[in-house]
Amino acid sequence: MSTGAEAGAGRRPVHDGLFGENGPGDAYLLGGRCEACGRVQFPMAATCPACGADTIIEVRLSDHGTLWGWTAITAPPPGSLGDVPFGFGVVELPEGLRVITRLEEADPARLSFGMPMTLVLTELGPDPDPDGDGEIVTSYSFTPTQAPGGVAS
Amino acid sequence: MTPRVAIAGTGLHPFGRFDGTTVTDMGVAAVRRALAEADNPTFQAAFCATVYSGVAAGHKVLGALGLTGVPIVDIEAGCASGGAALMLGASAIRAGQYETVLVFGIEKMPRGIIRSSFFEPWREQAGLAATPAYFALRAQRLMRESGITKEQLARVVVKNRANGVENPNAMFRKPTTVDDVLASRLVCEPLHLFMLCSPNEGAAAIVLRRADLAGPTAPTLAAAVLRSHLPGSVLGEATPMSGIPDEDITPPSTLAATDAYEEAGVGPSDLDLVECQDTDAAREVLAYEELGLCARGESARLVDDGTTALGGALPVNMSGGLLSKGEPLGASAVAQVVELADQLRDRAGPRQVQGARTGLAHTVGRGANAAVVIVTR
Repeated sequence: MSTGAEAGAGRRPVHDGLFGENGPGDAYLLGGRCEACGRVQFPMAATCPACGADTIIEVRLSDHGTLWGWTAITAPPPGSLGDVPFGFGVVELPEGLRVITRLEEADPARLSFGMPMTLVLTELGPDPDPDGDGEIVTSYSFTPTQAPGGVAS
Repeated sequence: MTPRVAIAGTGLHPFGRFDGTTVTDMGVAAVRRALAEADNPTFQAAFCATVYSGVAAGHKVLGALGLTGVPIVDIEAGCASGGAALMLGASAIRAGQYETVLVFGIEKMPRGIIRSSFFEPWREQAGLAATPAYFALRAQRLMRESGITKEQLARVVVKNRANGVENPNAMFRKPTTVDDVLASRLVCEPLHLFMLCSPNEGAAAIVLRRADLAGPTAPTLAAAVLRSHLPGSVLGEATPMSGIPDEDITPPSTLAATDAYEEAGVGPSDLDLVECQDTDAAREVLAYEELGLCARGESARLVDDGTTALGGALPVNMSGGLLSKGEPLGASAVAQVVELADQLRDRAGPRQVQGARTGLAHTVGRGANAAVVIVTR
């Protein structure tokens, strides 16, 4: 369930600093680039997992990539919000980074190696925090890229 | 000269589900058996492998037996915890610090998909703490890169479950068929339920001694190595959120195996049998490649030609593997080495590998941690 067109009140990201929106339907992932070794990471952390340096600058990552691996999750993983089944996989970004992610497509037969994928935000479900105010929790996800004209590529 | 380390005694508590039996009870049973087999020697240190047993779990086991006073160290290294404990015990004997060390592993796993504090709460909420899904992605890549089919994965299950029929300490002791495996519930494409091991309960114990104290028939612990993952691999067992696109990052299992072969002075062609981490059927086949049992991309042949079945050139998981035994994390690697010690002393009954002289045990999991142990006689 892509929700790019209905951004607004009553939603909160599953975690701060993972992603943002330029506007409805125009999401981005927030990563980090190590100024010492150039390595890109996601999510952004205080230190570089390749060289250990602490000079990490925030970068907006590409909102598209290609599919490297996928499956579907058919039983709720521990602590997860929302319904099963849902897609799960790895998308390779142009920056040279493979990102573990939910996928909007839950039927493995409809996905293929190298398929172009686009970032979207997805609604997981209501915040389970009993002290919260029932906001809808959102997370990042990828969906097969729609070719111009609306036909899946 | 560096002393040789020998396996003077082994003991198991069966693997399965034992309502009403505590993890301490299971540890006591395994430790008593191992010490009795070694003629109840005095030991100078104890290493207890466990992941889910809580504070001072090893002390509870030895406290129940009146055997405290020595240093007791609990060790957590995920699925490789037992390998880590064996490494530390063996190293201390080789260094001359101790003559006799007790190594044991205990576990009573929660039911269902393993919930791990490894994952932050937001990753759980986002549905990304899905351990079988990571296994599935790894299996899919193996199928793509090594030409493995789902039917071949099912045949690995059939092999291990057939072996498990003859292991009285295994949880699942009924044989299965390729059709049954493929008809079992699809958990995460391409992995079906029967292709995944079951987290469960059990304990295993080993008494390590300086070889001159252990008697002439005691097998030699020729190598015990623990390694962790190198930075960068997205589907290394560390399951980070992202990694670099480099297929040539050496996996932790290969790092541990390479060190263990060097430490033991043997190579893959010297092995008579292997116990490896079959958390899922594809994990076993991947281990064939990572441990150097075949060239990269050639593991399908070992499944097809029966190399790794009983009677083949290199039987793998004669104990039934995790697919038959289940996986009590802390006990798992120790129990693999108990199986090797039984095989090398010609005590494995119907699942005996004739003339076995050199065996390898492999575990890999969260951390990432990978352990490889080599036992010889």
